[in-house]
Formats: sequence, C-alpha cells, structure tokens
Amino acid sequence: MWNSLRTDAPAGLVAGVTAYQAGDGDLVHAYVARPEGPGPFPGVVLAHHMPGWDELYREFARRFADHGYTAICPDLYCRTGHGEPDDVAASVRAAGGVPDDQVVADLVAARDWLRALPTANGRVGVIGTCSGGRHALLAASKAGGFDAVADLWGGGVVAAPDELTPERPVSVLDYTAGLDAPLLGLFGDQDKYPTPELVDRHEEELRKQGKEYEFHRYADAGHGFFYYHRAAYRAESAMDGWAKVFDFFGRHLSTRS
Amino acid sequence: MCTNISETLPAAGAAKGGSGWFPVTAANVGFDHAVGSRFDHALLLDFVDPARGPSARIAVELDLETGRALVAALQSVIEAAERSGAPV
Repeated sequence: MWNSLRTDAPAGLVAGVTAYQAGDGDLVHAYVARPEGPGPFPGVVLAHHMPGWDELYREFARRFADHGYTAICPDLYCRTGHGEPDDVAASVRAAGGVPDDQVVADLVAARDWLRALPTANGRVGVIGTCSGGRHALLAASKAGGFDAVADLWGGGVVAAPDELTPERPVSVLDYTAGLDAPLLGLFGDQDKYPTPELVDRHEEELRKQGKEYEFHRYADAGHGFFYYHRAAYRAESAMDGWAKVFDFFGRHLSTRS
Repeated sequence: MCTNISETLPAAGAAKGGSGWFPVTAANVGFDHAVGSRFDHALLLDFVDPARGPSARIAVELDLETGRALVAALQSVIEAAERSGAPV
C-alpha cells in the first residue's frame, strides 16, 4: 500500500537505462528499476502509453521498485529514433503506431529478461495505461505466460472492424480465450475510449469465457486519471487505483507468505 | 483517450526551431492527447523532416475553434496570394 513503508527499513533502489535483446533480436532500450538486495523479487513489465517512453513511466518503474518489484519498461518506440519523448511519440503517431506483433514480442522478451535475473522470484506481471493497457492485455492474451496483467483504461480492446489498421489488425477481445493470467482493469466512467459500454462488452466476454478478472470503475474519472501533470488527474481515484494495483500484484506475484 | 486520428501530407517549405531553420518535408495533422497545452486533446500540427529524426519537428497544439479559424485564414490568404500573381 502507498506510504506503508517503515521509517527504519532500508529502501535503496537502483535505476537506469539499459539495453536488452527484444523480440526480434534488436537491442532495445529499457528503463529498469530494482530494489537493492538479493531478493527474491517479483517482476513487472511496464508497457508505456502513447505519449511515449517518458518521465512518467520512469517514475512508475521506480514506484514499483520502491514497493519491492523489479520493473522493466522497454522503449517500445526505440526503433523510431531518439529525441524528446513527445517528438518520438509524434513520429510514431504519424507512422500509424507501432505494430502489435512487435510490441508483443518486446514485452515477452522483457518478461523473460526479468525471469532470468538471479534476484527474480519467477513471477512476472505486465501493466500499462492508455495504449499500453491494450498492449499489456494483448501480450497476456496472445502470447500468454505472464502471472498477472493490469489494463488501465486501455482503448481499443474492443475494436470495431473500421478501427483496425495494419499496425493494429485485431480486436484484443478476439484473443480473450488465450488470456492465461488474472486481469485487473481500472476505468473511468467518463472515458470515451473505452466507454463504459465497451468495458461492459469486455467484461461480458471475460465472464463468458470464465476468465479470472476484477474491474474497478471510477465515477469521477475519465481517461488517464493517474496523470498528475494533466487536468484529467483525480487524486482520490488515482490513489485508490494505485492501492488496487499493488494489492492485485501482491496477491498474484508475491511468493512470500 | 488515444484517438489515433492522424493524417500526413508531403510538404515543401522550412520551419524554424531552437536549432534554427530546417527543411519541412512533411506535415502531420492529428487530434489526440495534448502534451504542452492545457487541453485533454488538441489539434496537433507538426511540421517535420523525418530524415533528420524525430526532433526535426515544429509542434503546435490548438483547440478546434482556433483550428477552424486557422483554416479560414489560410484559405483567405491563399486566395489573395493567387490573386496577387506573385510567384512562390
């Protein structure tokens, strides 16, 4: 839980940019944050949002490390080039986005990178917000092999045929049968993408297929309500959401009794 | 929300940023998450030269009302330019 640290406990962490071998063998940058010490630590793969591999996601990674997780956030836009995050994200947007299959391969490679660490406890979750929520769920459904997945207001999970593109050729909903990890979903009732009706449709499919999931919806929130630097921020809902994320990952990724 | 609304068109011109002038070879027009303005979403106008990398970009974020006014002003000025007979 947030701020449940002990003031007499060590709280060192190590964080920085490294490169790892991504799905296609390319060396791709990743921001890694890990607690100091021998572990064993659970792992979390962070799928960054459409605005890019940015400062916010580096903070997210360090927050997970503060809470006892080794976190890796791959630069899903690494192959597009480098510059300030919003410039790189603009290039990606103009190109139609990054291909789904490439993202899934990068997230799976990040998962395996975490599991190979000597400090790993072997359990790895994946989380993302916005487009990253969709990517996290896609990786957990199409590739599988994660131990928990958190989709925070991922748009396009339920996609109409006219929303499909060469880069995003599938509706993630169609991969629901392949989902082999428990799912946490956080959504704002005022969001337009996904709307509450689209979240209902997703929930209906999960229920139909007998999947383990928990959805939490926030009446005062729209899209991106964790983003404290935007007008969309909703402090109370964001803090409750973070608590639900840590509770969920704690239950599914911890190996400590 | 991520709207994924974006169009790209070839462009001929130049733009000036923090590092001086650079050729503009494409213009990207979108409506999606705002970054630098107070809006949740904004019209995104980027003048870019992809060959020089992602940083060769002049970015503008506008609300829809400003965008409509800009379209009208552009049209008006283009018509006046054509009437003037001055070469590009």
